[in-house]
Amino acid sequence: MVEVLVTLAALIVGAAFLLALYRFLKGPSVADRIVAFDVLTIIAVSGIIFTALAEGRGIYLDVALVYALLSFLGVIVVARYLDRGL
Amino acid sequence: MEVALSLLGGLLLVAGAIFLLLGGLGLVRMPDVFNRIQAGTKATTLGTLLTLAGAACLQPAWGLKLLLIGLFILFTNPISSQVLARAAHRSGAEKSPLTAVDRLQDDQGEQP
Repeated sequence: MVEVLVTLAALIVGAAFLLALYRFLKGPSVADRIVAFDVLTIIAVSGIIFTALAEGRGIYLDVALVYALLSFLGVIVVARYLDRGL
Repeated sequence: MEVALSLLGGLLLVAGAIFLLLGGLGLVRMPDVFNRIQAGTKATTLGTLLTLAGAACLQPAWGLKLLLIGLFILFTNPISSQVLARAAHRSGAEKSPLTAVDRLQDDQGEQP
């Protein structure tokens, strides 16, 4: 029962990732792509959590934490570049 | 008790996934950058937090690390969305024709 729910949630997260990826590829402006990139990284953190649940290994949580940190820095840097240049 | 906790965890995971899906859908459907920021960051923040809570219900031993990730996302997501909105406004992103009020542009127009 629970396995079914976890699988269903993982599939829904995959669909959300595809929707955000569509906006990332289509654009049309740079700001749209950065927003889509931000959303993609947040969804990817959830995806890593699902990977940790499926594998049953807690080490993936460290990966998720570092990924969230680095993606936050990446979004900040790109937004600052768009704002006034590096 | 054990079964109820894992069932609650599964339901929380599905609820969080649905919020993430709504965030992605808003990203596709909304008319301009600023509306997409609204849809894309608030809904996905709540979705990720619900997903983390569900994972904590399924694996109680991971609770501390999941709480750490949740707090980090809760603190950094508003910052990144605010920086994105400011950068989009300054880079002259086009607004939806339905936009009625733009206080930031009004303020900048008054400066010499």
